[in-house]
Amino acid sequence: MLKGIHNGAKLLVVDPRKTTSAQWADTWIGLDVGTDIALANTVAREIIHAGLINTEFVNRSTSGFKEYAASVEPFTLEEGERLTGVDANLIRQLAHSYALADRAQLCWTLGITEHHNGTDNVFALINLALLTGHVGRYGSGIVPLRGQNNVQGGGDMGALPNKLPGFQDIENDEVARVRFETKWGTSIPAKRGWHLSQMFDAMERGELRTLYVIGENPAQSEADSGHAVKLLQELEHLVVQDIFLTKTAELATVVLPASANWVEADGTVTSSERRVQRVRRALDPPGNARNDLEIICDLAIRMGHDWGHPSAEEVWDELRSLSPMHAGMSYKRLEELGGIQWPCIDENDPGSQFLHGRLWKDPVEGPLAPFTPVEFVPPLDELSDEFPIRLTTGRRLDSFNTGVQSGGYTSPLRKPETLNLSPTDIAKYGLSEGEVVTITSRRASIQAPVVADTTLRPGLAFMTFHFPDQVDTNLLTIDAWDPKSGTAEFKATAIRIDKLAEQSTFPINQTKVEALT
Amino acid sequence: MTNTTAVSIRRSVAATINGKEAIVPEGSTILEACRNIGTEIPTLCYLENLTPVNTCRVCMVELEGSRTLVPACSRKVEQGMVIETESDRVHKSRKMILELLASSVDLSIVSTELNRYMEKYQVDRERFGPLAPPSEQGQRENTKAGHHHTSNGAFASTVAVPTKIDNEQYIRDYSRCVLCYKCVEACGTDAQNTFAIAVAGRGFEAHISTEFDVALPESACVYCGNCVAVCPTGALMPKTEYELRQSNQWDESRQSVTRTICPYCGVGCNLEIHVQDNKIVKVTSPIDHDVTSGMLCVKGRFGFEFING
Repeated sequence: MLKGIHNGAKLLVVDPRKTTSAQWADTWIGLDVGTDIALANTVAREIIHAGLINTEFVNRSTSGFKEYAASVEPFTLEEGERLTGVDANLIRQLAHSYALADRAQLCWTLGITEHHNGTDNVFALINLALLTGHVGRYGSGIVPLRGQNNVQGGGDMGALPNKLPGFQDIENDEVARVRFETKWGTSIPAKRGWHLSQMFDAMERGELRTLYVIGENPAQSEADSGHAVKLLQELEHLVVQDIFLTKTAELATVVLPASANWVEADGTVTSSERRVQRVRRALDPPGNARNDLEIICDLAIRMGHDWGHPSAEEVWDELRSLSPMHAGMSYKRLEELGGIQWPCIDENDPGSQFLHGRLWKDPVEGPLAPFTPVEFVPPLDELSDEFPIRLTTGRRLDSFNTGVQSGGYTSPLRKPETLNLSPTDIAKYGLSEGEVVTITSRRASIQAPVVADTTLRPGLAFMTFHFPDQVDTNLLTIDAWDPKSGTAEFKATAIRIDKLAEQSTFPINQTKVEALT
Repeated sequence: MTNTTAVSIRRSVAATINGKEAIVPEGSTILEACRNIGTEIPTLCYLENLTPVNTCRVCMVELEGSRTLVPACSRKVEQGMVIETESDRVHKSRKMILELLASSVDLSIVSTELNRYMEKYQVDRERFGPLAPPSEQGQRENTKAGHHHTSNGAFASTVAVPTKIDNEQYIRDYSRCVLCYKCVEACGTDAQNTFAIAVAGRGFEAHISTEFDVALPESACVYCGNCVAVCPTGALMPKTEYELRQSNQWDESRQSVTRTICPYCGVGCNLEIHVQDNKIVKVTSPIDHDVTSGMLCVKGRFGFEFING
């Protein structure tokens, strides 16, 4: 992005916090947490009323414009300002910049998706791209930036409750399902499974009694983690396969020590830009740790299915024979081309830099792209006199999620967990920097020291969840989740701050977080 | 290594290099033209993924009609140029530059390539006399402009200073610094956009410095280590490598280098994992891969300790 800025690109950042990206931006639009749909709908109405829609694209490549236009009609600039806290002129500027740009991208991360209506947030952005035709062309598009090296690949490989590898629907795509059944010599139930949040609900109902967790630490990463731990403890059987003895592994009946896939095993990962790249074994795993593939194949043998012990490449080649969008990606080509972006349908296909080019074909190939009107529903954890401050969570440059991986190295940048507040709020609540306070949400109370943060507007607080062993931020967050994606509302918690009766000796000077291993 | 990119069509221009004709796309540098026809040009401050800054002057070549030698790394080829890369004047210039560097800078950890150039140009490290003893911590940094004391001729002045070790990720041994500016460029608009370091001081006292020469943890540094990656002389070095070298255990003949993908975010940075005795001793990134052209962040470059245990 900075390369783009140096080349003259314009950057507008929409974020409740004035992040580093916002500091590089031409314009920072600091909206209230969870008002993304109100902002997007206001931008849409302004684009429509200013006559800036891409009429030709809307007419020939999309459907449902009329209903969509009607749905955004109430979102005048004034109403948008009232709902989002953003100056109407700024919203107008955003709308005009985006609509008038020759090429424009909407890039987002978890600030859009970690809400009770995360999917609707994404639809609101897709609607804007359709309105302006900023999709399906080189340099334009809608770009979800992935936070992990293979979160894209996990979905691509069918680690979704309703999809077989290659996004082939398990319920509706019978041809694909039969292809898998033939290859695997077994029948596949034509019924979607549970996603993560539904699994926890099923644990609560007592329907899910056994859980096999590979490479995840839900005991600390789930929203309302106190509740999550209780449910994990009540399971009859918990198997954890991980490279660390995580807090989740500590609760397990059986722990299967695994190797680190990016450096102790061969395989592939898929990056944010759909680029499949090779990971390679560079060293031997420690002790009895074994490759995930070996462990799974051995489990299969114990369950009466001998799959042998295929190599990573053999498994990949089977995947290529079943997932058309990966068909052209042999290990040899991945090596030669430095990775390939899917879809790549055969060995002459160079891969795809961008998707949805079909919408610009004449005539349009495949179905028209539908507008999806979405309703604005503010965060579920409402602000009140009792809980007047909006807490949002996020990450810092040198740490990673619950700190299991990144806790192992000594980062000169790392600071212990704090409650970041705007200097205005620190004065308003009579606090001083470094003072330890009690932070209370509708679910739990934790303690952390206060620090002034000029990137925050009054009324907004920020914490990470990198150091759950010191400050377990996710005890505060709400586990209300988006019924469409299953993602919890990590980004919007209502809290209050109370002074302690006596200052405790909180370990705020601790700068090194010990590795869990 | 992009698989599909928009290609812009450029005019070709022809030049004569050492009597041979070289035809290159307009906008190519003399260095690129030389490499195209297999003519070797030594470089020190040049790197494919950085903007040329013309500081080292090792790549100078003779251009017909030009009063001075010209830097091959940045001078663009123009139609009809006649270039000599191995003339006596070029040789003399390269020998002098390398001798000035070798007499004042510790060049004991440089690429085999640079060592080969030193031999080729018959560099005499002590041409200007025996090397002066290292200066005290802070002495060079604090010398004001115009306060430089010239040597009495009994010894050759050096840039030797004590090694700066002020964080757990990388060390700065400016005794080895040739002021090629690569680190400054990598920290600036060529890659990281952090601007934690710049050249401070003038003349012989010029040196790489953080703002007001504060220690790195007090500076704007974000420990991406992209400066370490581009340093050609070992002045900037990962602490893991430094410690192994200090205890004489660093042994590249026992190391393997394997390419893989970073285990952290979704960008897909390519990593080269340097392993010695089944431990990761260093992480680098290939500059010819178009995801990040050799640049990494702190997690990718230094966040591997969880593997070493």
